[in-house]
Amino acid sequence: MSAVKEPLFHVVKRDNSSFLRGMLVRLAAIVLGLIVCAVIIVLLTGMNPLNVYAALWDGAVGTSRRMWITLRDSAILLCIGFAVMPAFRMRFWNTGAEGQVLVGSLATAAVMIYGVNLPPWLLYTLCPLAGIAAGILWGIVPAFFKAHWNTNETLFTLMLNYIATQLVAYCIIFWEKPKGSNSVGLINMKGKIGWLPKVWNNDYILPIIIVVVMAVVLFIYMRYTKQGYEVSVVGESENTAHYAGINVRKVIIRTMAICGGIAGVAGYLLTAGVGHTISTGLAGGRGFTAIVVAWLGKLNPFAMMLVAFFLVFMQKGSIEIASQFNLNENASEILTGVLLFFILGCEFFINYRLEFRKAEKEEAIKA
Amino acid sequence: MQKNTAGAMIELRGVTKRFGSVVANENVDLTVRRGEILSVLGENGSGKTSLMNMLAGIYFPDAGHIFVEGREVVIRSPKDAFDLGIGMIHQHFKLVDVLTAAENIILGLPGKLVMDMKQVKADIQKLLDKYGFDLDLDAKIYEMSVSQKQTVEIVKMLYRGAHILILDEPTAVLTPQETDKLFQVLRNMRTQGHSIIIITHKLNEVLSLSDRVAVLRKGRYIGTVDTRDATEMSLTEMMVGEKVVLDIERPDPVNPRLKLKVQDVTVVNKEGREVLSHACFEAYTGEILGIAGIAGSGQKELLESIAGLQHLVSGSIEYTNRKGHIKELTKMSAQKIREIGIRLAFVPEDRLGMGLVASMGMTDNMMLRSYRKGRGFFSRRKEPHDLAERIMHELGVVTPSIDAPVGRMSGGNVQKVLVGREIASSPQVLMVAYPVRGLDINSSYTIYGLLNEQKKQGSCVICVGEDLDVLLALCDRILVLADGHISGVVDARTATKEQIGLMMTSHEQKEVHA
Amino acid sequence: MNVIIVFLQKAITQGIPLLFGASGEILTEKSGNLNLGVPGMMYMGGVGGLIGAFLYENNAANPVPFVGMMIALACALLCAGLGALVYSVLTITLRANQNVTGLALTTFGMGFGNFFGGSLSKLAGGVGQLSTQVTASAFRAKLPVLSEIPVVGELLFSYGWLTYFALLMTFILSWFMFRTRIGLNLRSIGESAATADAAGINVTRYKYLSTIVGGMMAGLGGLYFVMEYTGGTWVNNGFGDRGWLAVALVIFARWRPLNAIWGSFLFGGLYILYLYLPLSRDMQEVFKALPYLVTIVVLVITSLRKKREDQPPAALGLPYFRESRG
Repeated sequence: MSAVKEPLFHVVKRDNSSFLRGMLVRLAAIVLGLIVCAVIIVLLTGMNPLNVYAALWDGAVGTSRRMWITLRDSAILLCIGFAVMPAFRMRFWNTGAEGQVLVGSLATAAVMIYGVNLPPWLLYTLCPLAGIAAGILWGIVPAFFKAHWNTNETLFTLMLNYIATQLVAYCIIFWEKPKGSNSVGLINMKGKIGWLPKVWNNDYILPIIIVVVMAVVLFIYMRYTKQGYEVSVVGESENTAHYAGINVRKVIIRTMAICGGIAGVAGYLLTAGVGHTISTGLAGGRGFTAIVVAWLGKLNPFAMMLVAFFLVFMQKGSIEIASQFNLNENASEILTGVLLFFILGCEFFINYRLEFRKAEKEEAIKA
Repeated sequence: MQKNTAGAMIELRGVTKRFGSVVANENVDLTVRRGEILSVLGENGSGKTSLMNMLAGIYFPDAGHIFVEGREVVIRSPKDAFDLGIGMIHQHFKLVDVLTAAENIILGLPGKLVMDMKQVKADIQKLLDKYGFDLDLDAKIYEMSVSQKQTVEIVKMLYRGAHILILDEPTAVLTPQETDKLFQVLRNMRTQGHSIIIITHKLNEVLSLSDRVAVLRKGRYIGTVDTRDATEMSLTEMMVGEKVVLDIERPDPVNPRLKLKVQDVTVVNKEGREVLSHACFEAYTGEILGIAGIAGSGQKELLESIAGLQHLVSGSIEYTNRKGHIKELTKMSAQKIREIGIRLAFVPEDRLGMGLVASMGMTDNMMLRSYRKGRGFFSRRKEPHDLAERIMHELGVVTPSIDAPVGRMSGGNVQKVLVGREIASSPQVLMVAYPVRGLDINSSYTIYGLLNEQKKQGSCVICVGEDLDVLLALCDRILVLADGHISGVVDARTATKEQIGLMMTSHEQKEVHA
Repeated sequence: MNVIIVFLQKAITQGIPLLFGASGEILTEKSGNLNLGVPGMMYMGGVGGLIGAFLYENNAANPVPFVGMMIALACALLCAGLGALVYSVLTITLRANQNVTGLALTTFGMGFGNFFGGSLSKLAGGVGQLSTQVTASAFRAKLPVLSEIPVVGELLFSYGWLTYFALLMTFILSWFMFRTRIGLNLRSIGESAATADAAGINVTRYKYLSTIVGGMMAGLGGLYFVMEYTGGTWVNNGFGDRGWLAVALVIFARWRPLNAIWGSFLFGGLYILYLYLPLSRDMQEVFKALPYLVTIVVLVITSLRKKREDQPPAALGLPYFRESRG
């Protein structure tokens, strides 16, 4: 027999992968990622990694206050995730959630500042409405161009983020207090007008409730409504959508209006419920992290919940590690990044399998 | 004579390829000799293309051995294939649209780092002259016609010094004149010692061109025969496995009434070319109107115009309802047509890319037509689910579950799902494009039966087909398209294949004279 | 007059990091990979160079500027290249979603930059601000004599060598992409990987190489910023949103390196224009949005004109799996 060089293995797409298997692969990836993170931490600090992970736990959920903050921030991140999810289902790569959130915050802040003397019921109605309207506006502009001229939406929405940032910067100077500080400070600190109220004497719980309700509504919308069905069809094939008489342009614009609106809600929550201010860093890159949340959560609102919580947990925990061990807080981004790499990479092993020729031959002999 | 001097150029032994649970090729043996034209014959879906893709390095076999000139080889990539002198011209051309012909031809070739395009073009020109090709080497691919693109592909392979050339259904998109020219080139190449494999399911081409014929059926190798010993009958038998007579029922139309009147319809494609020019014809209830023509002659646009999916540059489409009232469908969207109560069913050529959503299950695909039903915000799933179950049972759709993605089903089952959904509304107009493409004989007959049933119920059926024998046996009248023009409508009971074949190209000739 | 010269100088200074980033991303995108990790890789390149220079200057008795420069260069290329390698493994071999992976790389890279930039001297047991002035001096060295010429010298010869390298690199990239066989092959992959594959081109190798080299080029942009622009120090998030501006520049240049050269100067000019106009502080902020606005306009216009040569590479963002059927 002549020696024939054969490739060691080749890659085959899996027909269907069981849910359990997928979960195990993901779990393994997370564990591997955590181990790599531990190695990094040990190299940097020389500390016992177990202590480090204890600090991580402590930072994220160590006290009741931290726990609530972690939960609330997960809810906000999840909310922004919802602002990209329907678009992704439609294969519209909305990388502009950051900007959509910012304009939502901006509109909310504007109403809070100028509407300070309005009757409370009106102010509490106008604030979210303004945030939603601004988000919608920011969402439908790229959708309009995508729908009519197929303008690349990834890049368009990305650019809009920075226009939103500058718009916020402009308004801050307009509203700044005191003059020259480049900061708006807490809006309506006196009387907390327009602030999201406490529920059960808890500052954190209302945003969480709002986002959980949103998750349920969104789940039903995508699954059981005519519009949700249209979104899925458009995402799978525009040709089929035309064939079925679906007005693709309308669906693209409508869905992005929904996405922008949800981002507007997130912006409202950030300004009225969390920061009580407006700044260019208010969204803090969460518009991008939200994309990761939506993607890793397979566009399922409930799976996205888990991902959002996990990411915020890691982030809060890492900040605690950084402060305990005197590192700077950017360490958390490194750790999050490493974990994301592992989770992103593991999907391959869920969707594909490696086939080894040798093994197969042996099987054939056995059979 | 050749037989004595020719050695085995390529030998396949026990080659198997699976895609998930679908077996594309099972244990195939095949020999190609030096300096011969070998036809690989088989029905659609018989595994011809996937087998050849393994020679071209596109797919990697799951099992089996490949020998080139007596030596066992492993073809891991197209580059490996080129190194062995194997070049394949795919059905969907592998050309880069924004590059020129010359750039496409030298793509991926070794050579001096800096391209000397002048020299390259001179070299290619020599090849063009040698075989009598006519090609503008500086033209961008997106500016070219289909046959020009094919020329680029062939030249690309020759330039690479391929001496084993594989052509996948090369004539599907060509006019007879272009086909003759192509065949002449292939014969030239044979004379020079090249081995040529041509994948086809057209028997006349097999008989006129090739030296030997290898037949595949359902992914398995059936056998190879010398062409001179073969007849259409014997090859058909090998292809389908049993003696078949095309025995399609054709009831006479009962009380035909005018249903659709298409006048002066013109459609322009994205590039601004007229793909359907001033089409005029009528279609009646209780009949099957066949549409014949070379692929890409405007069939798709014609059907889509009626279905409200095309933008008409000019013309009108009138629909006559049962009471004799005329309704103008021109400029109406698909949705609008449905809203005014016309049940128009359409089985498009691209089943999974247009008629169905590949990643959805049967129920969700049923909803494509009916999801708007009922008032309110929510979609109803009960009726579509029932319909899916009914279709599954009545048409014998084989699927692991009603919610399994239809994209994972076989071609025949996909078509049953699609046709089943479309006729479920008992349509007044039923349009089907290539209804049996990729289907086995049994499924094909199921589909013919369904079309006839609709005809008997008084539907106006329009059927685009590629197999003239089938059209002649199934339809009442046949409309022939040639390059976007209607070159005539013939009575299917009296017309001959030759007559239609001529009409399929007649427009072209007219233009030459004009 | 003087103000104009200073403005043009600053515009060029601001443009160079964008040019590095955009050229690298053009190379990457021409292979069909949309790497949104550019900002991250630029941070990594910058901090990598800084780490190298810092360790060298801290450990050598008499640091030589040239040696420091070479070490910084090597470290910058290594760091940015590693970032691009991670992206490549994930998207090319493991076929992860490009947008998501790119964004994750940006998160990682910016964290990496700010972490090491901010705490490097502390980690090394020192105190105070990180500074690598010796190495930076090598990067900042101007051409003698020529830079003394009034006006012309100030405009054309008063920059460190990385500026000229950026221009040279971009010219070479353009020549490489449009005049060489390898460039032709590369462009074909971005248009249709399946076609390139069928033509015998090793798609995987090309994608890896162009993405990693592209990442390294972007990393040089970061290095330029920390060494020549800020003089060897690190300011957290000092690099700002320039990474995204580089991505914008790719679109603005319509994937042609030569357009990126004048585009980068234009963007650099727009980026600082607000400083040179009699604007109130609030209007300054509005002016800062100009480069993005211009990019959107270009994006919309090219999509309206539908000219085939101006469109993004047709296969941009799509993973390639040879055996996917149909």
